[in-house]
Amino acid sequence: MTLTADTSRGTARGTARQWRERLLSGGSWTVLALLVVVFTVIIVINPSFAEPVSLMAFAKQAAPLVVLAVGQYFVIVSGEFDLSVGSLVGAQVVIAARLIDGEEALTWPVLALMVVFGLVVGLVNGLVTTLLRVPSFIATLGMMLVLYGAIRLWTGGAPTGALSESFRVLGRKGFPDVPGEFQVPYALLVALVVVGIAVLLMRRPFGRSLVAAGDNAVAATYSGASVWWLRTRAFLLSSFLATVAAVLIGGYAGVTAQVGQGLEFMAITAVVLGGVALGGGRGTVVAAMVGALALEALFTLFNQLALPSTIRPAVQGVIIIVAVAYAARRQRT
Amino acid sequence: MTISTGSTGSTGSTAATSRTAGARRRYHLGSTEIVYLALIGILLVAGVLVAVQGGNLFAQQNISYMLTQTSLLGFVAVGQTLVVLCRSLDLSVGYVVALCSLIGATTMAGDPSRVWLGVVAALAVAAGVGLVNGLLISALRVNAFIATLGMGLIIKGFLDTRFKGPEGEVPFAFQTFGYTRIGPVPVSTIVMLLVAAAAFVLLTRTRAGYHMFAVGGNLDVARLSGVRTGRTLVLAHVLCSLCAGVAGLLIAARFGTGNALVYSYGLDLDSIAAVVLGGTLLFGGRGSVVGTIGGVVILAVLDTAFNVLDVNPFFKDVLRGAIIIAAVALYARRQIDPASRRVRFGARGSVPPGSVPRDSVPGDSVPRGGDAA
Repeated sequence: MTLTADTSRGTARGTARQWRERLLSGGSWTVLALLVVVFTVIIVINPSFAEPVSLMAFAKQAAPLVVLAVGQYFVIVSGEFDLSVGSLVGAQVVIAARLIDGEEALTWPVLALMVVFGLVVGLVNGLVTTLLRVPSFIATLGMMLVLYGAIRLWTGGAPTGALSESFRVLGRKGFPDVPGEFQVPYALLVALVVVGIAVLLMRRPFGRSLVAAGDNAVAATYSGASVWWLRTRAFLLSSFLATVAAVLIGGYAGVTAQVGQGLEFMAITAVVLGGVALGGGRGTVVAAMVGALALEALFTLFNQLALPSTIRPAVQGVIIIVAVAYAARRQRT
Repeated sequence: MTISTGSTGSTGSTAATSRTAGARRRYHLGSTEIVYLALIGILLVAGVLVAVQGGNLFAQQNISYMLTQTSLLGFVAVGQTLVVLCRSLDLSVGYVVALCSLIGATTMAGDPSRVWLGVVAALAVAAGVGLVNGLLISALRVNAFIATLGMGLIIKGFLDTRFKGPEGEVPFAFQTFGYTRIGPVPVSTIVMLLVAAAAFVLLTRTRAGYHMFAVGGNLDVARLSGVRTGRTLVLAHVLCSLCAGVAGLLIAARFGTGNALVYSYGLDLDSIAAVVLGGTLLFGGRGSVVGTIGGVVILAVLDTAFNVLDVNPFFKDVLRGAIIIAAVALYARRQIDPASRRVRFGARGSVPPGSVPRDSVPGDSVPRGGDAA
């Protein structure tokens, strides 16, 4: 787990100082520290949370946001935004419910169709941003409006149909499949695979060039990277992962008209909480994942404290401002 | 008149400088012109479509609806223009509108003598929110997206917890702000245009306005040139929130009460769409209030036409999204890529020679020389 790249080993005292600096630096390690603190508080309030069953339930609940945050990470680190993921998740769940309509046999064909649809949305986002030079904020905002309207137009306002049982397995089930007993949720495995592949991708030339493009697109172009294709691929990844998240969320929570609403801002918050700089070029994918976990943990903490649900946005707002202000304090001197 | 510069003033550095000065001004005019050309085009298409269905888009009732639509979004978008020009962004405006409608209505509490108190209270709160936004962004260096999104969430949490439904009561005297019309033109639209005019003067005639362009163009260069960038950003955010506060008062005047649910209207994203539709660069430094008003009117015309044509409301969203992307794509090509601008200029410069003498009237270079100096 190399969260920071340049860690030179030193003496014991030097290491201690290094660790303190890392933890306070406002980067990847700070959010990890935040996650640990939040977990500790939850466990102090409610010791049963530390039991494996509860932890796995937490993992199942947090997995979709982790997947979305990883997708958003690719786009953000390349210097863009993807505001369309929330409505894409909603669209995919509604599409799945309407087309499958309870038929087990249709599960796989519809899944394939969803992947294609997600990739098309990502391709449009990417090409409109890179080739037509529309700022990604506007391009994906427009896509959000289009998807939102198109899906409701198609279903006549309220989602219809039902998901098949096999569709819901990934988001809902785990193994061994005994209700109430300890189980490893499939959603956790999906999230781990996604994060694993993302880490590998970021170490390959693609990942390096993506960060370079986010840091300085002109310099990246002069060094021979084709920035437009890098960014388009980032949008493709984001939309694909939104599709994966849609499968998890559809399985976990079922179909409602509101599904996916506000998820784009949650994902961006998670990524930013992980110390990834908006505007690109800085931050790691593992930090984005930890950011998503920390955000979910905070919501769990609010539940434990029995805060009125209406106050939650306010606390979320304070937290992201403080987190980013804290990170910005150290970033530039 | 600048077209001919390339061919007539072919020697010397003054020619080069005057050309760039001319190019900049020509470009600026062009951007706003396109917006209004697009507006005329949309008006024509929408008018024809409505006429085909046997209606009249330009009936007084439709015109009034259109203008009423412009005023609410107009206030927010004019404020948003200032912020976007500074290369910032305000995602909290929708929540500020809701908050100010409630504060105005609850402070007035149906008492005509408290109208001014309500207005002042609402605007003071709005200015306070803008001040915090500006300080977060300039002093604490929080990314504008996060700072204003977070501020919006904070206000949303407060509104949802404190207000369960519509609250407060607006006295009749103030409700006239929402309903009175002079001919087909609502008073609120006139007030909105006055605010826009004030913003126009601020941006084109005052030092603070020039500083906003400078900060948006390049923060570091502006600071090194002696601009107090922090103050400029704070001022832009305060003015933006004030505009949103006025929009909140307008909502209160129209509804007769304050309403927290106004934040779900999507005013924040709509206002950014209107600003960008109006030709202001999302990356700051270029744009105009006049263009923004054009963008607002375009959105209002679309909305009115959709209503008259009885378009499915969900289809409206699809069309709006597509139109916004298409419009921005249209002028993004010329705005962002300097190469395309140069090509455009070169192409104009090499128009048939017949047009050159007509443009290069004697003494043409004199005012331009003065312009460059």
